[in-house]
Amino acid sequence: MSEAVKVSDVGKRYGSFELQGIDFSVRQGFITGLIGPNGSGKSTLIRMMMQMVRPDSGSIELFGHRLAGESAQLRERIGYVSDENYFYDHLTIKRMKKILSPFYGSWDEEKFRGYLERFELSENKKIKELSKGMKMKFSLAVALSHSADLLIMDEPTAGLDPVFRRELLDLLTEEIQDDTRSILFSSHITNDLDRIADYIVFVNKGRLVFDETKDDVLERHVLVKGGKELLDDDVRGLFTGIRETDVGFEGLVSDRAAAQRAFGDLALLERPSLEEIVYFTSKGAAAYV
Amino acid sequence: MNILISNSSGEPIYAQIVAQIRQSIIQGELEAGAALPSIRQLAKNLQISVITTKRAYEELEREGLIDSMVGKGSFVSGINREFIREQRLKALEAKLAEAAEESRALQIGRDELLHMLSMIYEGEES
Repeated sequence: MSEAVKVSDVGKRYGSFELQGIDFSVRQGFITGLIGPNGSGKSTLIRMMMQMVRPDSGSIELFGHRLAGESAQLRERIGYVSDENYFYDHLTIKRMKKILSPFYGSWDEEKFRGYLERFELSENKKIKELSKGMKMKFSLAVALSHSADLLIMDEPTAGLDPVFRRELLDLLTEEIQDDTRSILFSSHITNDLDRIADYIVFVNKGRLVFDETKDDVLERHVLVKGGKELLDDDVRGLFTGIRETDVGFEGLVSDRAAAQRAFGDLALLERPSLEEIVYFTSKGAAAYV
Repeated sequence: MNILISNSSGEPIYAQIVAQIRQSIIQGELEAGAALPSIRQLAKNLQISVITTKRAYEELEREGLIDSMVGKGSFVSGINREFIREQRLKALEAKLAEAAEESRALQIGRDELLHMLSMIYEGEES
């Protein structure tokens, strides 16, 4: 399988924050979700792919080319959507587009107009008059209008209402219909875009937790709920993360079969959501540090 | 063909797809040679992962219900009518075995069981 992005053993240090030994791929033709709590290193990893930050160690490959120095050609093949506003506030959408479009050899004006209409954006509006969600839509329209091979979206659902978030799912699945394009999005809210994600890369506190298909992740984890009398030190050791209260406990076990052997019918075993996996994994790590 | 995915059922999504396509084939709604949507199209329609739809189609292939050809897509296979009949016969035998076992447990004799069965069979016929 070909890889749009390959991150190998990447490290980066910023003061007390450290990314360490990060390995993962964005596979061609698939949607990959980069998830983790705030401050886990997601945005830094994305900035590295965009060549805005250089790793201290390890390497990053885009479309099979190792990143070294500036490479505008590689960047042109990426559509980038960020929650940070990198447009000029005082310009209208029309003027801003005029500045941006010449950077892309394959700019498709018709497609861009189609998106403006679909997103109900008026090209005479000034950037500063746009709401957060509208800025995100404009950013998305630009990213989708130059036949990018890879779409990278940093927290794309921030500021979008639920109606448009659903619409975004349709837009993105349309983009990968021909199986040559790839999508990477980062998010700390995992319950909307993860519907369509094929692979999940989970980072926590600067470390990689896993890079797996979403189906495998959801199948191998199990949420266990039961009475406190079931817990002893051995049993606690099974959990990735656990929350104990006066009336029982709930916790995440990353090996479903082991949980079934240990608890049988004594506890409730449920399928966790990705959000629960993120919650208990980051909580558990904090408890053991 | 309709495929409806339940998020509240504990059944994995791929298994729900397999069950519903299998049912459409059994009921004759999908005939031999009928084209199924591509895995990407189906994933888009259901707003789910491509890997999930791929896994469902692989499972249907293993059961011999569909054939997939590279570059052409997936089709309902030709042998399935007989195959499905065989599967259903097996399921029927299993149910009968269960009924026989239950009868023995309740000390109901063979003749009595056959009598009960023929009453039920005829009752449903008329």
